Amino acid sequence: MSANAAREQEFLEYVQSGGQVESTDWLPADYRQKLIKFIEMHANSELMGVLPEREWILKAPTLQRKLALTAKVQDEVGHAQLIYRVAEDLGKPRDEMFADLLSGKAKFHNVFHYPTKTWGDVGVIAWLVDAAAIISQKALLKCSYAPYARIMKKICWEESFHILHGRDVVLAMMTGTPEQQELVQEAVNRWWGPLMQFHGNPIAREEDPMYLWRIKSQGNEEARQQFLEGYVPQIWELGLTVPDSNLGRGDDGVWVYSEPDWAELKSVVTGHGPRSQERLDFRRRFLEQEKWVRDSLVAA
Amino acid sequence: MNERAQLLLSIADDELIIGWRDSEWTGIAPTLEEDVAFSSIAQNEIGHARALYELAATELGSDADALAFDRAPEEYRCAQLVELHLLEWAHTIARRYLYEEADRVRLGALKESADSELAGVAAKIDREEVYHRMHAELWAARLRDESRFREAVEELWPYALGVLPQELRPELARRTGLSVDSTQAIERGTHTPELAELWQEMTEVRRSIPGAQW
Amino acid sequence: MIFEVFRQEKKGQAFAHAGSIEAPDAAFADAWAREQYGRRGESAALWLVPRDAVHQVNDWADEFDLKYRRVDGYSIKGRLKEARERASSTAPVDR
Repeated sequence: MSANAAREQEFLEYVQSGGQVESTDWLPADYRQKLIKFIEMHANSELMGVLPEREWILKAPTLQRKLALTAKVQDEVGHAQLIYRVAEDLGKPRDEMFADLLSGKAKFHNVFHYPTKTWGDVGVIAWLVDAAAIISQKALLKCSYAPYARIMKKICWEESFHILHGRDVVLAMMTGTPEQQELVQEAVNRWWGPLMQFHGNPIAREEDPMYLWRIKSQGNEEARQQFLEGYVPQIWELGLTVPDSNLGRGDDGVWVYSEPDWAELKSVVTGHGPRSQERLDFRRRFLEQEKWVRDSLVAA
Repeated sequence: MNERAQLLLSIADDELIIGWRDSEWTGIAPTLEEDVAFSSIAQNEIGHARALYELAATELGSDADALAFDRAPEEYRCAQLVELHLLEWAHTIARRYLYEEADRVRLGALKESADSELAGVAAKIDREEVYHRMHAELWAARLRDESRFREAVEELWPYALGVLPQELRPELARRTGLSVDSTQAIERGTHTPELAELWQEMTEVRRSIPGAQW
Repeated sequence: MIFEVFRQEKKGQAFAHAGSIEAPDAAFADAWAREQYGRRGESAALWLVPRDAVHQVNDWADEFDLKYRRVDGYSIKGRLKEARERASSTAPVDR
């Protein structure tokens, strides 16, 4: 075993036993590369995730909802800032990450490639999409890369407000008119497929390189099971239905469900979702339009 | 409508509409760091609008949401400065800078008002506006040498004068170093087509199911 | 410029590292950090420190037993027991 391989093995054992590292520590090249890829996708997702909801800031139906939704989207932007900073410290400049996002080289989460059609989507996204996200993010509190794990505390704290805000929006509609209830049901129907794909294919965690390096601390299926266990009963108790006739909780406590559409997931995250290009174009438009401002900030 | 309610509504409408316009930057501001800061300003302005609508609502037997959303566009009393759709940073900062200066002058007068309730709300609002002014001044200083920013300030100056009543305009001119004499102010009372567009969007969900609670 | 941000949650508590923020100068850093790290009233105060001003010390030579300077370097149980026994078997001290 070469000295480097021995060092890498030692590092691997260290993180696998729960050890955490700092930006100033020696990091194996493969670890750094995987870490940047993972963190960058997370940051991109926060950044692109603001766009579907941003449209509704301008349509929020009460002052309270207007304020809460603006605050929620503001949080997502703040998360993007925190996460991009961590990736920058690992050696990839923000401009380069933006360029890779716009060119399609870097990805963002599947759920942010879909349209938001009604105010019902606003509630369901904040409630269920953020619930799915917080499950992944809570697991990152134990990430082997400490600077990333640390910012996750603030992020999870803010996400809990999002879920409550979303649930409140949904509850207002479910206790409202039949049309409002219908808007929520339609939104659940629309988002269920993407939600079931969100945590990724059920690859065994031991085979997941992100788990190997303890960047992630749980497997995809574990995360999905947690989501189903936590939120399906909440959906059902409101009289909403889930568009999957096979969905149910087994006697062993394991949820069964119809196979998510993995081909759709792959196509969507590679830039072929219903709003992928439109959103990237929108992002590109403002990045280009306001480039002079960033230049003037750097200049003086 | 009595004079007090009219005054309250004109300030509340200014704050609501500028907050609404500013919130359009949430998610797409020039930098992520600025995005977070700018969203807070938008929220503060909406919060000020809400406080003022609440005062007006007791007078008018209404509620803040109804005053904010359920009037026809022509019933709004905002100045044209806040209505303009300026999704471009030089104009956005020029407007923020001019609006904050005008608002400073206006709040200064309101804090001295014999109407203690109004004076109290004005003082509370002013404590938040301190940070908005710091923000506006920071940016104005940073962009001072950009011709597009200077042009935007000049372009918006007649609109800025229209935010204030006649007697307060010289103070605004003094603060900004711009001229009040050679400029025809764009007065409150008529609206730009941009307000109607904003109103359409702002009330879309609310109008979709009349009477529903959200 | 990158500023390291330290956040004090409540008055009297220690400032803890909260993350970092990039800004063109200290004034922008203040304006931006104020919102990024304190907009919900979650901070009593912030310290912003230019990253260049932070020096890290993280290497310690600890080759020999240095425990005599720490509480875990002492095990007094046995000796205390012996001392108590000895004290109880001799004549009481006049107090």
